[in-house]
Amino acid sequence: MRAWDLLSGGLLALRARKLRAALSALGIAIGIAAGVAVLGISASSKANLLSELGSEANLLTVSAGQNVDGSPALLPLTAESMVRRIPPVESVTATGYVAGATVLRTALVPAVNSGGISVLAAQPSLLGTLGGSLAHGTFLNAATQRYPAVVLGAVAAQNLGIDRVQPWTQVYLDGRYFTVIGILRPVPLAPEIDEAALVGFPVANALLGLGGHPTELYLRAYPDQVQAVNSVLPFTADPPCPECVRLSTPSSILAARAKAGTALTGLFLALGGIAAGIGAVGIANIMVISVLERRQEIGLRRSLGATRWHVGAQFLVESVLLSAFGGAAGVLLGVAATAGYAVAASQPAVVPVNTVLAGLGVALGAGGLAGVYPAVKAARLAPAEALRAT
Amino acid sequence: MTELLAVSNVRKTYPGSPPVQALAAVSLTVHAGERIAVVGPSGSGKTTLLHVAGTLERPTDGSVRIGGEEVSGLSDVELSRVRARRLGFVFQQFHLLDHLDAVQNVALSLLYRGVRVGDRRAAAIGALDRVGLGHRLSHRPAQLSGGERQRVAIARAVAGRPEVVFADEPTGNLDSAAGAEIIALLAGLADDGTAVVVVTHDQAVAAAMDRHVMMRDGLVVADDRPVPA
Repeated sequence: MRAWDLLSGGLLALRARKLRAALSALGIAIGIAAGVAVLGISASSKANLLSELGSEANLLTVSAGQNVDGSPALLPLTAESMVRRIPPVESVTATGYVAGATVLRTALVPAVNSGGISVLAAQPSLLGTLGGSLAHGTFLNAATQRYPAVVLGAVAAQNLGIDRVQPWTQVYLDGRYFTVIGILRPVPLAPEIDEAALVGFPVANALLGLGGHPTELYLRAYPDQVQAVNSVLPFTADPPCPECVRLSTPSSILAARAKAGTALTGLFLALGGIAAGIGAVGIANIMVISVLERRQEIGLRRSLGATRWHVGAQFLVESVLLSAFGGAAGVLLGVAATAGYAVAASQPAVVPVNTVLAGLGVALGAGGLAGVYPAVKAARLAPAEALRAT
Repeated sequence: MTELLAVSNVRKTYPGSPPVQALAAVSLTVHAGERIAVVGPSGSGKTTLLHVAGTLERPTDGSVRIGGEEVSGLSDVELSRVRARRLGFVFQQFHLLDHLDAVQNVALSLLYRGVRVGDRRAAAIGALDRVGLGHRLSHRPAQLSGGERQRVAIARAVAGRPEVVFADEPTGNLDSAAGAEIIALLAGLADDGTAVVVVTHDQAVAAAMDRHVMMRDGLVVADDRPVPA
């Protein structure tokens, strides 16, 4: 008797009881589907975030820390041009925090209702360096940065109740009306931009009293030179006071966070595991019933020369086949759920190969465990006793 | 005549309170080409004798030799091999697998001998032809009459060309016409040297056999052609 004989015999036996086989495989299928979907959706979200971050975690930020009142401290006027001269720096852009400025929908809104929106001076290169994009309108350019024009971060626009840009859309910014020319999409690498109203440096200097000092620099370095750039940044940005400079690498922090997964993923995986366990118990149950129902068949097979091992293996193979079908169906369901979620959330659909293999492996393992007791029970049945069964 | 099977002084006691003695010192020798009917009232030990002689059950005491080999001490695997290669069985309830067609049911008897699938099919088709079911090869048991089912079961028993075929009440579930066909088939098996041992209540079956072993209370009380040991 060969492996193929066992396999084809098992398939024929399952085909003889299609509905029962399908129902008993369902438990495993649900468990595996839940596991694959959770891991697939989580992997898709991570892939989406990582693709937004850019494939390399090469964004660095430079700031001067905070003042006693929590407002950002100032970097030297030369900081941006100095940093730009570091050879491995691809691009750099500066923002300047305008202290004490409020942004209101109109002059009639009390100043206390500023909604926590900060005013930042920004350069036209901001979007390119941060990898941000516009939801509506245009960004600051060489012309508009000289005039009272403002681009709103995603959260700021929401707080102000502005969801589109029209020629007459204005906000009341530090005692003066600024025309809204654009609204940004969320910038995952720099959430502080989301809650800001961005104006040009020239207009901030002229009308808002900024004084030209940046408070934060964002720069992209060549990926393999990030460490080197990091080490020279404090001296370059603020030569007299290198220790005043704060550095961070938000893209690597976010990437690490994305890779770490969440506690919720663990919870759902555990639930999937419990479902698969219940499925395995269901299969064990149905296989025990099957052994009882097929005692005469067992007796017949023994009379034809089947050994105990043949009979046990037959039931074990049926159990493993059942759960393998359940596992395969579960993987397909899980992949479909991941694809559905990804399409709905406009994300890339990613199902790691390891997840698929693990799903099938768990199913096979569960089927094997579930089949052991029924197989032993079947193998132990004495031939004559089995034939006498009614 | 070649001795194929020899049961000597076999006892079989089933545990319980009180223990049930199904066979008490039974001896029976079967030679090639013999047609033997084992008859007797219910509970006389006929089926137990068939199970013990067919290695489906181990005797409590005594010896069973098949083809000259003592089998009562063999392991499960070795006993299974003896059944697969030397013995065939036909049962009252046919014991066909409903989800397999006639050829697959017959081919099953060669599965445990390690015969390749193609050769199994060929032998099964040949055996079905011999029992007159060459036109019913792909029918499932549910599509066959009772007589045809038992003929499939006989084909299954003889596909591996066993030395001894045991039949336990082979006509018990059949009408007399179908029963007559089965009797003729079983009796015909002996023509090429196969020994046929039939346990039966059916007078017609017994009449078609050459030798009659009468049992009562676990003992052989009459044997109309005892072969000297």
